[in-house]
Amino acid sequence: MKDNGKVTNIFLSGVGGQGAILASNILGEVFIKAGYDVKKSEVHGMAQRGGDVTTHFRFGKKVHSPLIKYGDVDYLLSFELLEAIRYINWVKPEGKIIINKQEIFPPAVNLGQMAYPKDIEKTFKKYFKENVSMVDGQGIAKRLGNVQAANVVLVGAFSKFFPEVKDQQWIEAIKTLLAPKLHDLNVKAFYEGKKAL
Amino acid sequence: MKEIMQGNSAIVRGAWEAGVKVAAAYPGTPSSEILKDVADNYPEVYAEWAPNEMVALQVAGGAAIAGARSMASMKHVGMNVAADALMTLAYTGIKGGLMVVIADDPFAHSSQNEQDSRNWARFAKIPLLEPGDAQECYDFAKISFDISEKFDTPVILRTETRVAHSDSLVEPGKRVESKIPLGLDPKEAPKYVMIPGHVRVRRKIIEERMRKLEEYADTFKYNVMEINDPSVGVITSGVSYMYTKDVFPEWSYLKLGMVWPLPKKMIAEFFKKVKKVIIVEELDPFIETEIKAMGYKIWHGKDLIPNMYELTPEIVEKSLKGKKYKAPKVKVKPEDLPRRPPNLCAGCSHRPLFYALKKLGAFVFGDIGCYTLAVAPPLQALHTCVCMGAGGGMAHGAMKALGKEGLGKVVAVLGDSTFLHSGITPLMNAVYNKGNSTTIVLDNRITAMTGHQEHPGTGFTVRQEPTNMVNYMEIGKVFGVKSIRYLDPYNIKECMEIIKEEMSKNEPSLLLCKDSPCVMLRRAKPMEKFKNPLYVIDTDKCRGCKACLEINCPAISWREGAGKTTDGHKRKGTVYINPDQCVGCEVCVQVCKFEAIVPGKK
Ligand SMILES: Cc1ncc(C[n+]2csc(CCOP(=O)(O)OP(=O)(O)O)c2C)c(N)n1
Repeated sequence: MKDNGKVTNIFLSGVGGQGAILASNILGEVFIKAGYDVKKSEVHGMAQRGGDVTTHFRFGKKVHSPLIKYGDVDYLLSFELLEAIRYINWVKPEGKIIINKQEIFPPAVNLGQMAYPKDIEKTFKKYFKENVSMVDGQGIAKRLGNVQAANVVLVGAFSKFFPEVKDQQWIEAIKTLLAPKLHDLNVKAFYEGKKAL
Repeated sequence: MKEIMQGNSAIVRGAWEAGVKVAAAYPGTPSSEILKDVADNYPEVYAEWAPNEMVALQVAGGAAIAGARSMASMKHVGMNVAADALMTLAYTGIKGGLMVVIADDPFAHSSQNEQDSRNWARFAKIPLLEPGDAQECYDFAKISFDISEKFDTPVILRTETRVAHSDSLVEPGKRVESKIPLGLDPKEAPKYVMIPGHVRVRRKIIEERMRKLEEYADTFKYNVMEINDPSVGVITSGVSYMYTKDVFPEWSYLKLGMVWPLPKKMIAEFFKKVKKVIIVEELDPFIETEIKAMGYKIWHGKDLIPNMYELTPEIVEKSLKGKKYKAPKVKVKPEDLPRRPPNLCAGCSHRPLFYALKKLGAFVFGDIGCYTLAVAPPLQALHTCVCMGAGGGMAHGAMKALGKEGLGKVVAVLGDSTFLHSGITPLMNAVYNKGNSTTIVLDNRITAMTGHQEHPGTGFTVRQEPTNMVNYMEIGKVFGVKSIRYLDPYNIKECMEIIKEEMSKNEPSLLLCKDSPCVMLRRAKPMEKFKNPLYVIDTDKCRGCKACLEINCPAISWREGAGKTTDGHKRKGTVYINPDQCVGCEVCVQVCKFEAIVPGKK
């Protein structure tokens, strides 16, 4: 964030219904308030139920392309293991990665035709070493009383990469985007996520 | 203050500020959010879901002729349906501004083809604007009404998936009402009645209009020249500009906001200012063909930039750098990973019906909707999908070709929204021409595929006001269909019997799915008809035969592990039903031969 001419590329991936869209909306609120130009792009295609969902999120002084260039991802925030490894080639060698430890089986695995890939964490660590963090979003959210907050746990963890953004700015964004009755839970989820990294 | 908006919302905002009064549309990705946004956020604007794009454009065209600023929106293939109206509205012109939003889908993320809508502008001889992000969607939508009124023509606003469905910052303003008075004047008939004598008069006016529009294009404020390094100049537009500018910021650009007609003087000036010209555009060589026809030599265009699929920053870079492009290191081959295609929801009423069709071995002339997903393995129970409404017409044609041979083997299947869009006339035709095809309407009470839009069969308008509900049975009757029956898709055995009987009849039949609302449509209380909230596997009985996997329910998965049933049958594994996903539709229960699927508790 120090270099004003540079555009920062964040790639979010997950499975429909995991709340990746809300997460990218929170990022939007935060970086727009911080004075950046922001573009984000997602494919809502077919009946996305159960399909994969990706969001390209970019911020900087001036952003042109709504899509990140293949291989130019600075941060990969993935809500599911298989959907993380699917995009490993997109991440820059020095890129940082947060992966939610959840496994959601795709049809070929459900039908017993293919195995769910093993060693996803290991593969990431082989290439990205200490820049890879695993977070148990569901576990943490369940402890707080609602698995639905797993996406905000991940946002909390992710916030650690941007120390110049104050916690208050994240909290405000969360409150702007969520109904008041969900504020307490999600603020807690944010802090727990932050602690998890 | 700037706000983040989706491209589609930005279009609506721009139109609203321009004083738009009437908006009509038929849903289609990536355009569907437009009308919903009008209905939800701008009470000053009349909004309606039309049964198809042709009607939507007629409605907007009528409002425009009555003096109101109006808009119709649709996906690219929707314009094929609306084209008859567009091609002649181009002759009549309008009174209040008319914006026609066409949303393209390069790469066919959610479409049956990837046609390039810029061609409509040249074909219809009307102007076309192409925004590249939300701010431009807003700006271009707003100015399109001024252009429309100034030149007395419909204006196309062409977006595409990466513009319509990308969010970026927009600086919004205030609504200004149009100054054009509302009203109709019978004396204007020569302008609006396109009989040959009038056509020939209007034809000349169109040519004059194009000439004036060409001059205007040269002064159009969103055609922008950026001269940086003069050794390479890029002529481009929309999102292609965004990609190219990101990868080659040092080059010079002529960015076209108006892609039709082209600004001839500006192009001449650009060719003088830069040494070599590259044209970067998605899909067809639309700009390139025109520029070449003007007599210019370009350095590169479609010789390097692909003419199919969507562009991306890396495709632009790779195409233009050639051997100098350095690809990122491949660490894992994505093609080796299991894919995650969309699937019919757990409990979806389409699943058992297609399972029944598969068991019957029918050739299924399909159509477009969620049910098209039945083409995927293991169901593989849909055999054509061409354009909306095609299934009925094609099944009839196939039956005529096959004669008696076809009896008992062929069926047309289409959704409720698709039936009302363009499935009614093929049904009328099958009766009129003494056909014998069977048509099944998968009535799930909503347009599900595109995100739950209302239609004339749902009983609600876009603003959720109760309204008349089409009666499919009566439609069949007045057309003269003798054999009309209801189907309960959740009863597989009964479905098979009825469909088999109807397919064998030597007369047209109409089968209507009943009490089978989309499982995501809460107001229809879809779960109420299910006796139990969920089912589980009785592992004492499951023999691991995998029959239930054939229905491709997302809640059901295979668990490897050798073992035995209580009565001693060896098995290689068992099946598991995910209690978070199961809704208790009982489709798998009907498929299991060993009574191994039993009610569970939530
Ligand atoms: C000409 C045209 N217009 C719009 C679309 C977008 N579209 C695809 S499927 C569909 C409607 C599906 O609704 P329905 O027939 O009720 O089936 P369901 O998805 O509910 O099963 C629409 C509008 C299209 N593909 N082609």
